[in-house]
Amino acid sequence: MLTGSQHIRLEEGSLEKETITLNIGPTHPATHGVFQNIVEVDGERIISGEATIGYIHRAFEKIAEHRPYYQITPLTDRLNYCSAPINNMGWHITCEKLMGISLPKRVDYLRVIIMELARIADHIICNSILGVDTGAYSGYLYVFQYREKIYEIWEEICGSRLTTNIGRIGGLERDFNDIAWRKLDEFLREFPRVLREFEQLFTRNRIFLDRTVGVGAISAERALNYGFTGPNLRACGVDYDVRVFNPYSSYEDFDFQIPVGRHGDTYDRFIVRNEEMWQSLSIIRQAVQKVDQLPDKTSFHADSPHYYLPPKQEVYTGMEALIYQFKIVMGEIPVPKGEIYQAVEGANGELGFFLISDGGRTPYRLHFRRPCFIYYQAFPEMVKGQLVSDAIITLSSLNVIAGELDA
Amino acid sequence: MNPLLPTVILMLVIFALTMLVALYSTFAERKVAAFLQDRLGPNRAGPGGILQPLADGIKMIMKEELIPVMSNRFLFVLGPGIAMICALMAGVVIPWGPDVQIGGQTYYLQLADPDFGILYVFAVVSIGVYGIMIGGWASNNKFSLMGALRASSQVISYELSMGLAIIALVMMTGSLSMRDIVMQQQGFNWNIWYQPLGFLIFLVTAFAETNRTPFDLPECETELIGGFHTEYSSMKLGFYLFAEYINMFISSAVMAALYFGGYNYPGMESVNAAVGPVWGALIGFAVYFLKIVLFIFFFMWVRWTVPRFRYDQLMKLGWKGLLPLSLLNIFLTAALLLWLRK
Repeated sequence: MLTGSQHIRLEEGSLEKETITLNIGPTHPATHGVFQNIVEVDGERIISGEATIGYIHRAFEKIAEHRPYYQITPLTDRLNYCSAPINNMGWHITCEKLMGISLPKRVDYLRVIIMELARIADHIICNSILGVDTGAYSGYLYVFQYREKIYEIWEEICGSRLTTNIGRIGGLERDFNDIAWRKLDEFLREFPRVLREFEQLFTRNRIFLDRTVGVGAISAERALNYGFTGPNLRACGVDYDVRVFNPYSSYEDFDFQIPVGRHGDTYDRFIVRNEEMWQSLSIIRQAVQKVDQLPDKTSFHADSPHYYLPPKQEVYTGMEALIYQFKIVMGEIPVPKGEIYQAVEGANGELGFFLISDGGRTPYRLHFRRPCFIYYQAFPEMVKGQLVSDAIITLSSLNVIAGELDA
Repeated sequence: MNPLLPTVILMLVIFALTMLVALYSTFAERKVAAFLQDRLGPNRAGPGGILQPLADGIKMIMKEELIPVMSNRFLFVLGPGIAMICALMAGVVIPWGPDVQIGGQTYYLQLADPDFGILYVFAVVSIGVYGIMIGGWASNNKFSLMGALRASSQVISYELSMGLAIIALVMMTGSLSMRDIVMQQQGFNWNIWYQPLGFLIFLVTAFAETNRTPFDLPECETELIGGFHTEYSSMKLGFYLFAEYINMFISSAVMAALYFGGYNYPGMESVNAAVGPVWGALIGFAVYFLKIVLFIFFFMWVRWTVPRFRYDQLMKLGWKGLLPLSLLNIFLTAALLLWLRK
């Protein structure tokens, strides 16, 4: 038997502490896409993290240098595929700015409707998947049904659902049909009830609060240094929103608020996104009203034959239209030289397009300013010292989407 | 007639019943989830999807069995076996219904009634976690290991509060035998009225013991992929999933027996007098089963409603919340008993 003095005593620091390197990703249920987080953990606590990108890099910026302008739209679909229409619109607005096309108000408002629907669709994914990642599954399905309804509206407008390729340079491809209006009406009527139910499930849930408050927090200063924008920056308390600071597509005509958080943590991001959905609903209602009140009831594109395809009827009967059609399809449109930057408020943050044109049929250089790419840089810093579970919900609430991360 | 025959028959019946309930719990879980989430749930196999569990079982058995090269083969196979066996063993001491008298002979609807009935349930359930630990460790996968570690620390922490909650109950009943405890709760004289706090603690710890949401950290799909059973496939995975449902069934049965009077219901004597002992026993069993089913539904309801805890919060709740509460419960019970005795 050992007496007190015979007990084995270990020197301070004599025990070698081993840490584990854990690969969260590239294929892990929590990454929601293909990217790898290498974290070093001591037990469950993260000592350091490393963000690895490039798993689905498709060289979109390079491909864009070889494509006529109208063929670049499908590339933008595949950036943040959760809210593809905003990317499409952003690209069209950039081109229109370069080419000097001015749009009728009605087109602007229709675009606002589409973009705000896309914002809601994106926030539904982010917030409900955050719920799934914390373990509460039901709320996700409640709101996801309504994401389906948004898809149905887009289906009526452009014929496709996920990668929409919605609209054209110089307007929309076609006007909203009656079914689209009716479905939009239904959505506006029914969604608030479901969103309220969703909020009730989470916002005051004790376990959810414990899991998210103070988790994955970043200060406003650090966030600005990294270049955060969108809901993730607003959650830190900075009221920056491209729709207000640099309005495009007639956003200045609308009356809406920018929700801001205070602590920049996961909970604030969740609340900011939820509130933005309410604001988006209000914007859509205003837009529908404005479209109704406009004297112009039919226009859905700019009157610019050089850039916008003429109706097929005229192509078959008239020479002018045939020439325009031919030139546009071959990409031979008159594009001025210039360097421009145009940003839209994507669902995730400022989605910018930096475009250099040398007057040729393709861009000389095109750069996408992708918000996810910027958020993901901050991820290792945000999760340092937290638990593995925290890292997963932080990632989920930053809404890093692989398609946008690796353009 | 061989005196062992009734026991053997009862054994087979209870085994079959446990398996059947576990089988259909998987189906019920999906249907309840569907009900809570505005969906239909499985409805392809058989009328209303009633054959779905069979289809799942066949699928599980027919699937290719993968054993990772770097794993410890023996322990890898042993893990799910332990989990399954321990889960099945706990049903032995549960009194399923009142005694039946046929032809002057009394039959007990209970396989064994040791003096240490409740302790036996605890012991068996505690061994069950070895199945998870061994399986998680033998997989040689970091996520499995983390799942196994979580499972062991969780079960150990919560067993303590569970045991203390039971101690308060035992102080009141004066017996550890499940049979005695159930018999004491005649009519509407259920223990829940005397031990509400104890029941609450027991309920929460039962969730933790069965690894159900909000305490499903060991498998925790979105963080640890599959937790301790990440590397498992085919029927070995099936055993783990099955063991979870059997545990849920047994926990419900224990809760119903200890706190909700087991097969007792108000007016049992008059019903028994009216329909005779055999039908009386069957009705008693049905009532008990109904209580169990309600508890199982409650387990599922909670699972599809709340998020899960984080590991440190789970520990905090166990050690700083439930443990002091259960000690307080013991103290209150003791004080009350002393005061009543005077």
